[in-house]
Amino acid sequence: MELLEYTALELGGLIQKGEVTPTQAARAALDRVAAEQDRNNAFIICLDEEQVLAQANHVEKRLAAGERLSPLAGVPMALKDNICTKGVPTTCASRILGDFTPPYDATAAERLKAAGGVLLGKLNMDEFAMGSTSETSYYGPTRNPWDLDRVPGGSSGGSAAAVAAGECWYAVGSDTGGSIRQPASYCGVTGLKPTYGAVSRYGLVAYASSLDQMGPLARSAADCAAVLELMAGKDRRDGTSLDAGWDGLTAGLNGDLRGLRVGLPADCFGDGLDGEVRSAVLSAAEVLKDRGAVVETFSFPMMKYVVPAYYIIAAAEASSNLSRFDGVKYGWRAEGYEGLTDLYEATRTQGFGAEVKRRILLGTFVLSAGYYDAYYKKALQVKALIKGAYDRAFEYYDLLLTPVAPTTAPRLGDSLGDPLRMYLSDIYTVPLNLAGLPGLSMPCGFDRKGLPIGAQLIGPALGEAKVLGAAHAFQLDTDYHRQSPTGKEASVQ
Amino acid sequence: MKITEEMVDYISALARLKLPQAEKTRMTGELEQLLAYMDVLNGLNTEGVEPMSHVFPLKNVMRPDEVEPSGDRAELLANSPVTDEAAFLVPRTVE
Amino acid sequence: MIWETVIGLETHVELSTKTKIFCACTTEFGGAPNTHCCPVCMGMPGALPVLNEKVVEYAVKAGLALGCDITRSSKFDRKNYFYPDLPKAYQISQLYLPIARNGAVSISLEGGGCKTIRIHELHMEEDAGKLVHDPWLDQTRCDYNRCGVPLIEIVTEPDFRSGEEVIAYLEKLRSVLQYLGVSDCKMQEGSLRCDVNLSVRPVGSAELGTRTEMKNLNSFKAIARSIEYEAKRQIELLEEGGRVVQETRRWDENKDATFAMRSKENAQDYRYFPEPDLLPLEIGEDDLERLRREQPELAEARMARYQADWGLPVYDTQMLTSQKALAEFFESVVALGAPPKQAANWIMGEVLRRLSADGLEAGDMALTPGTLARLIELVQTGTLNRNTAVRVFDAVFSDDGDVDAYVKAHGLEQVADAGLVGGAVERVLAANAKSVQDFRAGKEKAFGFLVGQVMRELKGQASPQVVHQTLREKLEQL
Repeated sequence: MELLEYTALELGGLIQKGEVTPTQAARAALDRVAAEQDRNNAFIICLDEEQVLAQANHVEKRLAAGERLSPLAGVPMALKDNICTKGVPTTCASRILGDFTPPYDATAAERLKAAGGVLLGKLNMDEFAMGSTSETSYYGPTRNPWDLDRVPGGSSGGSAAAVAAGECWYAVGSDTGGSIRQPASYCGVTGLKPTYGAVSRYGLVAYASSLDQMGPLARSAADCAAVLELMAGKDRRDGTSLDAGWDGLTAGLNGDLRGLRVGLPADCFGDGLDGEVRSAVLSAAEVLKDRGAVVETFSFPMMKYVVPAYYIIAAAEASSNLSRFDGVKYGWRAEGYEGLTDLYEATRTQGFGAEVKRRILLGTFVLSAGYYDAYYKKALQVKALIKGAYDRAFEYYDLLLTPVAPTTAPRLGDSLGDPLRMYLSDIYTVPLNLAGLPGLSMPCGFDRKGLPIGAQLIGPALGEAKVLGAAHAFQLDTDYHRQSPTGKEASVQ
Repeated sequence: MKITEEMVDYISALARLKLPQAEKTRMTGELEQLLAYMDVLNGLNTEGVEPMSHVFPLKNVMRPDEVEPSGDRAELLANSPVTDEAAFLVPRTVE
Repeated sequence: MIWETVIGLETHVELSTKTKIFCACTTEFGGAPNTHCCPVCMGMPGALPVLNEKVVEYAVKAGLALGCDITRSSKFDRKNYFYPDLPKAYQISQLYLPIARNGAVSISLEGGGCKTIRIHELHMEEDAGKLVHDPWLDQTRCDYNRCGVPLIEIVTEPDFRSGEEVIAYLEKLRSVLQYLGVSDCKMQEGSLRCDVNLSVRPVGSAELGTRTEMKNLNSFKAIARSIEYEAKRQIELLEEGGRVVQETRRWDENKDATFAMRSKENAQDYRYFPEPDLLPLEIGEDDLERLRREQPELAEARMARYQADWGLPVYDTQMLTSQKALAEFFESVVALGAPPKQAANWIMGEVLRRLSADGLEAGDMALTPGTLARLIELVQTGTLNRNTAVRVFDAVFSDDGDVDAYVKAHGLEQVADAGLVGGAVERVLAANAKSVQDFRAGKEKAFGFLVGQVMRELKGQASPQVVHQTLREKLEQL
């Protein structure tokens, strides 16, 4: 088997046993990135060979010295480009950040580095993580490895595409309203948005602070568990990070689903859902049933409120979070301004793309005098109701199963023209961010065009073990997650 | 609700954006469409519901009052488009 | 028409914590530009605030001392506006649930009597940076050392009717906060700053007039003068049939006038919303009880104690307790053995004179209690007379010099030697026969003249008691 076909844990195991060296793994990844980058544009920043090999060499020495590091030591990976990396530019795919190079690492990046992660580069995304297609990047769109004329999803499109194309064994993305799960679904990889607070947000460039959460994209649920174990946990630099134990997450994956109660919200399988997606997700439910889970349909009438509540809250926070980008302290500054206000306006108007400006204006509006109560406060009340609805559902069910997105990956250029339609396609993913719950997207089939379909498992707060356990059990019985676009091409040729 | 260009001008000024006319016209229509859709929330009775800003009941997360070294100034200023190596520079603001 | 001035105050006070409110950078004053900064207080992407527990403790202590209700469940909000002194373009503050509300402060009025000023609220927030215009570059330089220094903002109801009341309140506030040890309240370093909201109305009217807000007030003098100016401006405007515009005005110290700020800076739509990066605060009954117990003795309690224990007059106790550092200095001097009234006189006289002349606050004084106590002792024992002692005081004040060494080096000990004094007295009596005659004729005034002559003979260093005694004896012997 080729090195690139292993999962991250499998490769990590070979490295531990000394059968593969980190340098060999890094070289394989570098070659693949070199071959794929021009096709899918998954990376914004590719570290050069020297930088990557130096890291691999360092890990190799530490392992040789007997350091235990982690099960993923020496495994090459990449980070979404809104995760700060010391000495490596962090652009958020925006013109306005210019060549901003943070003098600090995000806590998650720091923890992965300490665990022996080898960074290949920074991954493409929608500008400031606002978008569902990765087309709003100032550095050009990422393309879906399964069909280069299609989008990889977003906003962590580069992360999903890089994993799907075999350019790295795992990636870390961020998810504010589905930005890990939806691209994972479109690209046929496994992606986990953990419970809000599981992974420190320190060093993640904020989009909507109360909803943002980092998480892994990888080839299997077990890989996601292993990455989460390395990143998660209390961080004194992020007050909202949670002090809960994630150790043993990977070791606890045993495939046993007997007696597990899985709820299917009927409201997630109705109008607007593509028929092929519906049947693939429902057949995933059958697989879980075969493993001993009890599957039931139930009513979840909050669904029609989730998208408006989400966009009001996210846009409001974004309008505030993105105010710091003004051409003074870091990043790009417009030319030819006259006076301070003009400096701000010229820099921000030219530095942000259309989608970002749309959300800034929407967010400014819903917070402005006279509209706060009608929109922002109302949305926070609806959020409380949505959280309450999930709390009640989890009194009965261990997990919920829904689609990730209403369709498979659309063509490039088909989505941006109609913002409302694009926002509505986030319906299955955004409520988890509002309620802070963990959700995982796992490949569960292909449509007639050969495009991957994802199913979403939703757990209660801190229910990562249940979510990952069910996904792992599913992946023991299926091989959708083992398919790769390169394999597909190979079999076609 | 009707969104006018004057309203877009007002919020643009607050957000320090200055949209060219064509973009402003388009944005006005899009905002009106989006806000009209947001009104679906009015169908939900939220009377007496406490607005929820934090989803988990964490509280009193604080740090001790202990000094740690500040950052290196050269490093902190390195990303700025215009400095005099000690401070950030902006057009005249002080009268 | 007779007009009444109505004033409300917003006072910003820097808390004297070691570190900033949301990061571990030092709050030390000064420092080269941008050297007390980190990614958090510079608002760099991805950096997050974490609350300093000391700030909450200090804010609660201040709230308790100002008679406020402490908000048991409090939280932070973001106030959004663009200005280069605010690197995140929002200030973390408290709008919806401030830490303390509904307080009251009693101030003494000049003609006697008291008045209660109601405190609307007290909230925590972060300070902004410093902007300095560089005329050479024609650019403004942004220094973020002050960004994130913890502040409490204390907002009063519109209860003041004159500048004197405002000053009395500020002096009281400063005293309370200094006694609590939560702030040094140094106006010249900007750790106590005021915005004044002022309107005028005909006496007897219940309605408030349109108010203006004055900013940039950084001394008691500026506050008093700006109030005087602005009240006069508004009254003249109204009497001419004009209208007061609600606006922010800037006090110009040099021009002695207020000026309207540009309208763009007046547009206020701060879009406050709950700060998602900081969690709610819950103040438990136990914590509150502990902080109540820990409250130190404030000025009023000390005044009462000085009167009861040491029999000091009310005036003295007011002066001594006007600043915590002064009161502590006084108590230390007394503890070292100085008679309380003597110590009080020295502090109210000489110490305050020098502080004022040198532009210092009591807390910055180099002079130590031991030095003053020694000086008082030398006067008590007759080694120095009062006038010489003041000379010594002035010499040692700024560097806490050694009193004994100074006295010795300059030969300032009083002449108490009976032989020396006796010789001088004999010389004076011989040379002033007329005065001797007058004295014997019953003119007591002549005695004073003779004392002066003896003192002169002894270059002012003689002990007055010894001179008096010797002179009387010699006169009687004649």
